[in-house]
Amino acid sequence: MARQRIDAYAARIPADTRAAVYLGTKTTHEKRTLLLADHFADADRLRRWAGEVKQHVLENLDTYLPQVEARLQANGAQVHWASTAEEACAAVLGIMQARGATKLVKSKTMVSEEIGLAPYLEQRGIEALETDLGEYIVQIDKDHPSHIVRPIIHKNRREIARSFEREGLGAYNDDPETITRRARQFMRHKYLAADVGLTGANFVSAESGRLVVVTNEGNSRFSLAAPRCHIALVGIEKLVPRDRDLVLFLNLLARSATAQQLTVYTEFISGPKLAAQPDGPEEMHVVFVDNGRTEVLAGDCREILRCIRCGACLNVCPVYRQASGHAYRSVYPGPLGAVLSPLLAGGNFAEKADLPKASSLCGACNEVCPVNIPIPDLLLRLRDRGKREHAAAAAAGTPPMGAWARLASSPAAWKASLAAGRVLNILPLGLIPVPALRAWVAKRSVPAWRGGEFRKWMRRRTRP
Amino acid sequence: MSAAREQILARVRAALAPLTRRAPPPEWDDASAVRRGTRDAADPWALFAERLRAVNGTPLTATADLVALLDAGGWRHGYCDPALWPRLRDAFPAPFTVETAFDRRRIDDYQFGITAATGAIAESGSLILSDRDTSSRLAALAPWVHVATLRRDQIFVDIPAAIAALPADPNVIWVTGPSKTADVEGILIEGVHGPGRQVALLLEP
Repeated sequence: MARQRIDAYAARIPADTRAAVYLGTKTTHEKRTLLLADHFADADRLRRWAGEVKQHVLENLDTYLPQVEARLQANGAQVHWASTAEEACAAVLGIMQARGATKLVKSKTMVSEEIGLAPYLEQRGIEALETDLGEYIVQIDKDHPSHIVRPIIHKNRREIARSFEREGLGAYNDDPETITRRARQFMRHKYLAADVGLTGANFVSAESGRLVVVTNEGNSRFSLAAPRCHIALVGIEKLVPRDRDLVLFLNLLARSATAQQLTVYTEFISGPKLAAQPDGPEEMHVVFVDNGRTEVLAGDCREILRCIRCGACLNVCPVYRQASGHAYRSVYPGPLGAVLSPLLAGGNFAEKADLPKASSLCGACNEVCPVNIPIPDLLLRLRDRGKREHAAAAAAGTPPMGAWARLASSPAAWKASLAAGRVLNILPLGLIPVPALRAWVAKRSVPAWRGGEFRKWMRRRTRP
Repeated sequence: MSAAREQILARVRAALAPLTRRAPPPEWDDASAVRRGTRDAADPWALFAERLRAVNGTPLTATADLVALLDAGGWRHGYCDPALWPRLRDAFPAPFTVETAFDRRRIDDYQFGITAATGAIAESGSLILSDRDTSSRLAALAPWVHVATLRRDQIFVDIPAAIAALPADPNVIWVTGPSKTADVEGILIEGVHGPGRQVALLLEP
């Protein structure tokens, strides 16, 4: 029986990395839970409302998308559309080339990871610099983020200090404060030299066309204070109907993500800067990205498009805590990624069909989700699809169930096997020829086989 | 109109066509989404100050306290919004030197920046800045210390009130404490790209 790829990966993780991921996620999760309970009489109700708002948006995107486009244009922004990752990258490149721009500073955006923007631009002679501290370290290490909120949860300070030394940011020093100061000094001159600041958007209000971008470090603010052109990459599912709905989402996002009441910087952008303002973009572009989302919308897992990328489901997940983010072989790890990544893979679904099985279906991801996505249900639907489409990856790690199915569908065979099972009570289990099974029973006391007792009990009950 | 636009909107319409019923927006009330102990606060400034301190920000009620704080930190050269400087000038003796234009080529020269806030939110300890009232986005961001001046009548009690009153401004930003990160081993470090010290200075008219 082949192992699931995620198990095989998890088994190879160094012990200190596993410990760091476990501790980091557990601590954040516990703080989040305490904070929500401390601040609200009924935080659960806020989650349900937020989920209903997003579900409403998704099921009315045909109205909201043209509405937000018109608002953005009225606010002075230029709107672009991209069906695929390639089109989205080309749109950004096209905007830059039209301005003769060669340098871009990039605030943290998951959709840019998804479409592979930075490598695309770099291959075409554009400097595309990550400005979030964690994302910058990922970039100079040619690595990938392993958590959607804490990209370098898998790295320790010594590795980071070595990378900084290699990049010429000073002699080896693994003090986190020194590392941060060096990044601050290096990055501010990059912002000033950049032609374009690129951000994502956490939310977009269809009512006003306001983009909301949140960060703690202030890198998105700097990207919108120094360069003269702003490009925002926005997944088409990021809309909320009204400004007022932002109350729910802002309250839930930071508490769920990092156990903060609000992130340090919550920026509402509705167009190019005021003429009297000396700093900031004179030109604003919004690129709406599909890249598989409309296909997800058409399917039976569309609830996953409610996701606001807070990472709470990663932090609580027993599988993520053991396996860490890279095990998911996707931009989006954890329970949300186990649903979204196979769906966004489109024609390559089979290759990612094992991910929905990276779950014990304990339901914790649903309980913490700020938009109440029924992740365990969606995982089951995708497991079913994997089976129906005969995806080999979906079968890995699953014992063959054919014999069991035959046994369970014949009453006579079933009864006979229940009786035959009593033989286990007299067998010396310590002599089982399968080493793994022998190890398993050595540490556990196996209860006595009582096959058939329930049937007897039922007969006595129904025929007294 | 681009081909991609038509393609995406057509796919969205096709995806939603089979739905016999579309999810309605929920009815929800602002009060449920406001943090405990916010709306019963007697003095919005006092609550704002408490919550700003909780995120390591510094609320001040006297210009003299600001000058003492800057002096103690060794931050003696900075920027001030030209509209505010006439009111503050007398409180800043030598050796303080203050510029009223921000020269981005000398970004490292400024140790503090003083600009006007548009408002504040008591519930979260946030300062509200906007393009109309911030004389320079960079001056409010790049120096180690940012001071935002504020009047009592500009303080919103809670987030719903602040959202309802979002100004018609292309750029509004809520600043809740100093810039920070926990990217390296989860250890909190303040002053990443933005200010390491965030000050709110109450300035009565």
